[in-house]
Amino acid sequence: MARYIVSRLAITLVMALLATLVIFLIANTVPGDPVLAQLGDVAASNKEFVAEWRAKYGLDLPLWQRYLVFLKGLINGDLGQSIASQRPVLADIAQFAPATLELATAGFLLALIVGIPLGIVAAVRRDSWIDHLARVVSLIGVSSPTFWLAFIMLAVFYGGLEIAPGPGRLDPIAFAPKTVTGLYLVDSIIAGDWEAFRDAAAHLVLPSIVLAAATLGLITRTTRASMLETIGQDYVRVARAKGLRERTIVRGHVLPNALIPVVTLGGLAYANLLTGAVMTETIFSWPGLGRYTFRSAAALDFPAIMGITLVVALVYLVINFLIDISYALLDPRVVR
Amino acid sequence: MTALVDSHSTVLAVAPVRTRAQRWRRRYGLAAAGAAIILAWVLIAIFAPLLTPYHPDTVEVTVRLQPPSPAHWLGTDALGRDVLTRLLHGARISLTTGVVVVVVAAVVGTLLGGIAAYARGRIEELIMRLTDLVLCFPPIILALAIAAALGIGTTNTIIAMLVVWWPKFARLAHSLVIVQRSQEYVEAAMVIGFSPARILLRHILPNAVGPLIVLVTLDVGNAIITFAGLSFLGLGVVPPTSEWGSMVAEGRELVSQWWVATFPGVAILTVVLGFNFLGDGIRDWLDPKSRRW
Repeated sequence: MARYIVSRLAITLVMALLATLVIFLIANTVPGDPVLAQLGDVAASNKEFVAEWRAKYGLDLPLWQRYLVFLKGLINGDLGQSIASQRPVLADIAQFAPATLELATAGFLLALIVGIPLGIVAAVRRDSWIDHLARVVSLIGVSSPTFWLAFIMLAVFYGGLEIAPGPGRLDPIAFAPKTVTGLYLVDSIIAGDWEAFRDAAAHLVLPSIVLAAATLGLITRTTRASMLETIGQDYVRVARAKGLRERTIVRGHVLPNALIPVVTLGGLAYANLLTGAVMTETIFSWPGLGRYTFRSAAALDFPAIMGITLVVALVYLVINFLIDISYALLDPRVVR
Repeated sequence: MTALVDSHSTVLAVAPVRTRAQRWRRRYGLAAAGAAIILAWVLIAIFAPLLTPYHPDTVEVTVRLQPPSPAHWLGTDALGRDVLTRLLHGARISLTTGVVVVVVAAVVGTLLGGIAAYARGRIEELIMRLTDLVLCFPPIILALAIAAALGIGTTNTIIAMLVVWWPKFARLAHSLVIVQRSQEYVEAAMVIGFSPARILLRHILPNAVGPLIVLVTLDVGNAIITFAGLSFLGLGVVPPTSEWGSMVAEGRELVSQWWVATFPGVAILTVVLGFNFLGDGIRDWLDPKSRRW
């Protein structure tokens, strides 16, 4: 087991290093010119000004030197300075991350709480109406474009029925709870501010439903498929032959094995929610990483784009590492 | 009889007697529904200019933001352009980009994965580690970064999507070819002295193609959503090209003029559902035992 963990860790570290190279190359060898995008036509026609500006951001060095500079900075936790916000990229990311974390976690929990039971029931009551309902729900969830679903939810529940709050994390006139973690729900509990807690929770409802939709479909699908496969195994037939109750069989014999693939998928799905956040946050004016990513991409703010892609890739790698380990713990055969 | 040996069902019921039509619907219904939806959209894309009296880019400010009416079935947008016309023309871009991205990625990925599995050794290591490397990035964010770097435009966005799209096919093809490689017929072909390329393309791939076809079909829907998403974020098509994602973007603040953003989204939803139905149907069909939906 220890050897397995060490080898997975080594692979993860190598991949992380390669990831930095990929990101660096994308940002530095492509035709889009950040100077033009940032300075505008007038300033960009002034050669001296452009040269000075290039030197300031180290854009005049040869490629491999720039990569070393970039790596050295990374080791010191320096992702460079955002050209648009004129602040360190890491500071920007740290500021926007909690909002996304809160949203992604809420969406993930929602998808799990609805998706896993739905998948289980669909498998146990195969071909019943609930199985068909689960199939329709999951297909629609997977097939709806996130950005459109976000619009529809806002238009119906905020614009039309007026039962949901509008975009943003809080009411425009409300004060944010004192920052401890940056997660409004947690911070408002710490501050004992129930008004803010209710407000923040209400603002979370629509975006987390939108974010959960696609993941919900995937989780339901995987749970059901995996349940069906396990139900067909011989040991389940033995349990049935022993005369155990159906409920005992499903809970004690089928579920523990059937949920293993769901763990794998769940980890990946959580990482994917961070991506889905780009669309959701853009529509819901949610001040998180997703909106930051979108704005940086639109402004060709390369240090910011590089930084965020790298951070998300690292999060991806860490989650994958954790999935591998938990997989090995759940199913010891993997290690051999 | 089938029900008696069906170990999946919890109750051993007697198989219901079904008419021929019911059996057909059970077996092919989903795939047929998907194929019909896709066919309808393909026809719409081809004949779009003949289907409406308007031009997708004609600006007519006097009729801006009109609700759906007999003259404009799906209303007009903020520039007075007919939403239905733009929606019908938008089918061209969405279908083409979706199919192009998936087909090119599938061909490239399958060849790379197939070569890796057949060649083994260093080539396999190189190709599969490259695959892992791309897969360690979240696809949309990487595509977003590349698309932003290359600049706005349909071709650039397609290139960006291709970069992140091929690895899943490489991985699937790799695992499929590995299974086939140890089969006797491959050994026979080697003994006869066929070239590796011939064995891979003419012997192994035809035997491994089923799951690849399923993935391709399911994935076109995925690609259409992703392209629309990038367009929605302002990276896909150059305005005023009518494209579903950018149409939703244009209407996203117009909550009381809901028709501007709603209908293009419905178009995306139906097309993607079509490809998912077809893909699921083909899967049931190729592997009837699983019936996974």
